[in-house]
Amino acid sequence: MTVQTLEPVVRQQSFFGGMEERHIELITGCASNVRFAEGEFIAREGEPADEFFLVRTGTVAIECRVPHRGVMTLHTVSEGEILGWSWLFPPHRWHFDARAQAPMHALKFDGKCLRTKCEEDHDLGYELFRRFMYIVGERLEATRMQLLDMYGDRS
Amino acid sequence: MRSCTELATPQLEAMPESTPAAVITQQGLGNLIEALSGQGFEVIGPQVRDGAIVYDRLTSVEQLPSGWIDDQSSGRYRLQRGSSTALFDYTVSSHSWKKFLYPDRQCVVSCERLKSGYSSDESDATDRPYAFFGVRSCDLHAIELYDRIFLQGPYVDSNYKRRRESCFIVAVNCGRASGTCFCASMNTGPRATSGYDLALTELPSSDSYHYLAEVGSLRGEELLSAIPHHPATETDLQDAEKLLATTSAHMGRSLDTRGLKETLLRNFDHPIWDRIADRCMSCANCTMVCPTCFCTTVEDTTDLSGSKAERWRRWDSCFTLDFSYIHGGSIRVSTKSRFRQWMTHKFGAWVDQFGSFGCVGCGRCITWCPVGIDITAEARNLQSSEMISPEEPSRSTYDSSNA
Amino acid sequence: MATALELAPATLLADPMLPLPYRIQRVKQETEDTFTLELVPTARHGKAAFAPGQFNMLYVFGVGEVPISISSDPAKAPAIQHTTRVVGVVTKAMRRLKRGDTIGIRGPFGTHWPVEEAVGKDVIIVAGGIGLAPLRPALYWLMAHREKYRKIVLLYGTRSPEDILYRQELERWRGQFDLEIQVTVDRAASSWRGNVGVVTTMIPRAPFDPTNTVSMICGPEVMMRFTAMGLQKRGMPDQRIYISMERNMKCGIGLCGHCQYGPLFTCKDGPVFRFDRIASVLNRAEY
Repeated sequence: MTVQTLEPVVRQQSFFGGMEERHIELITGCASNVRFAEGEFIAREGEPADEFFLVRTGTVAIECRVPHRGVMTLHTVSEGEILGWSWLFPPHRWHFDARAQAPMHALKFDGKCLRTKCEEDHDLGYELFRRFMYIVGERLEATRMQLLDMYGDRS
Repeated sequence: MRSCTELATPQLEAMPESTPAAVITQQGLGNLIEALSGQGFEVIGPQVRDGAIVYDRLTSVEQLPSGWIDDQSSGRYRLQRGSSTALFDYTVSSHSWKKFLYPDRQCVVSCERLKSGYSSDESDATDRPYAFFGVRSCDLHAIELYDRIFLQGPYVDSNYKRRRESCFIVAVNCGRASGTCFCASMNTGPRATSGYDLALTELPSSDSYHYLAEVGSLRGEELLSAIPHHPATETDLQDAEKLLATTSAHMGRSLDTRGLKETLLRNFDHPIWDRIADRCMSCANCTMVCPTCFCTTVEDTTDLSGSKAERWRRWDSCFTLDFSYIHGGSIRVSTKSRFRQWMTHKFGAWVDQFGSFGCVGCGRCITWCPVGIDITAEARNLQSSEMISPEEPSRSTYDSSNA
Repeated sequence: MATALELAPATLLADPMLPLPYRIQRVKQETEDTFTLELVPTARHGKAAFAPGQFNMLYVFGVGEVPISISSDPAKAPAIQHTTRVVGVVTKAMRRLKRGDTIGIRGPFGTHWPVEEAVGKDVIIVAGGIGLAPLRPALYWLMAHREKYRKIVLLYGTRSPEDILYRQELERWRGQFDLEIQVTVDRAASSWRGNVGVVTTMIPRAPFDPTNTVSMICGPEVMMRFTAMGLQKRGMPDQRIYISMERNMKCGIGLCGHCQYGPLFTCKDGPVFRFDRIASVLNRAEY
């Protein structure tokens, strides 16, 4: 059982900062330690998305294979950052590939388990959705900037 | 903020304390012109040409526009000859003195290719010093504004400095205001208060005119003493006062300058700019005739052999599309943005840059705009129909303090 | 306090409109459309010192002039470097010049990066694209006076890995000096092993104390606006953020009127501006 050793780890992640003890406990109950080797896939586009990750060390490249262009990296997720929100909404499938750029060490959270707990405890649901909403907003803003192609011909 | 009436003469000689005013005849004016010429000045003064008053080489008093009167309004200029023998009954036309102090084309650098690179030199200036004859008070203030730009900043324009320092100025106080004049609103006239060597006021006398001559510098005093004159009487002085007061009270236009800078800066998105843009052709006439506009561009040229290169400075205008061009495109693409830039510079940014408005109320831009856009009318339109912006009214949009 | 910046006072320049000849020592192609000229003066021209962030007007004989920031180590003056993209007639002509050719220099002009204000504080430098070039002199300065500053962070973003400038130097700095360098690109093929994402994504994690930091930002205007927002989000006050603006310049000395940005002349009140001075007008269209 890893619950005892993981709780302090979960608690110190800034993503969960400000959460109540009981929620930290619930979340920890769905958490486990995982490692990935460099180049290993963490998620594949289209596969079931029933977990999300919090990167502890290493970097994850979010990739997309585009015909005639090869594999493009869209974004990289680093230490302390969250990977994956497709577990929140049906059909719970990953939209992109995620691959470890370097040897990676992360906390994996069981999405099915957490979805059930959120249904039972709406306060927990609110706290998690609020934090995910913030991240999705940041990523959207960053993506829009990428869309602007700021370094193009026009300064 | 410095008032427009505070002028600083570049000549370092102090103004004589209380040199009494004198009176000279029309013939005396001729003596004045001759004396200036004799001292080596190239005298420039008003003449009639092509239906307008132009400033050009003046060799005799006969060339002055005797009896001519101007009729000016929005987009309209007419010159008519009456029966009087007054020499200064018109006001200002499309020419201003910037043509001489800051020529529209000037070679500023010439380079020669050498075996090991090239050498560069300032171009030689061999002009004779100028004597400006008949400078109106508004134009005197414009010259003073130019002094602030070209002499008092961190970098001095040496060409301007050379021409300006040797320049002798004979001012003329306006006995009449034209249909587009508004110097009274801008505190720039009609009376010249400083910045001249001599100032003349044309006063009726028996069947002709004589000229009250006031001294503004040591040079002016010396010149006056060298030509026939007699002391001004109390009546002469009072007549001049009355005349100038009348001129002041009959300006063709007026402008309420109170809070004008803030009003303009608050209304960057006001619909008035769109309405003006519908009419404005961005022809740049206003900037060409404006005596305070100073924007220039440079042209680099070579001769056919490619061994000699020159850089020419040319007047430019913020109304041109490529004025604000940086790689990729221009910043101010629409006519609206360019007109707004010009007007908010003149009455807004200029205050932060140089301590006063950039407009001297000469009215040239109103007269010479082909579609008759009148900045005094547009300012009034804005002031009366101002939309209060969502920002706090007290919040300043410009911070001119040093970072 | 850091050594007082020794600048070339205007009076020592014979005439600020006169280009002084410099010899090209080397032309280095940095990326596909960007190159660096390494220059030395051909004769003694008085003090040739410059402050980081200043620019020169570069003259190509008979073709024209362009304003370009100085991108070299101030300590190596009078030798200087200029990094530029080929964007028009003059830069195109400049690119055709070779070692031994002569180029005219007027300058240095403009305001400089706040290396004195930053003493005793953390420094966060955010560069976008070719914006790293005008910041490089500041980085040299900071490293030369390393003990006077606390944490120094460089966040550098470009469009793609091929657009990264001064790659070898960045690697060397990373190894040699106590400074944190993070590079990211907007887009990349999967062969790129570094960060992907706009440069602002690195701000939340950057190791600096927003209550005691000075920030210097240079890059496309849009990038500078978003970067300032990102720094504000971390709690930085506008008075500690500095950006470098670019406008059309014909004289570089505040007399031709082209570079006006409201009441500010980009050539003499800038190009480095403290953010609070222009924040309210920065996203105005056609200003």
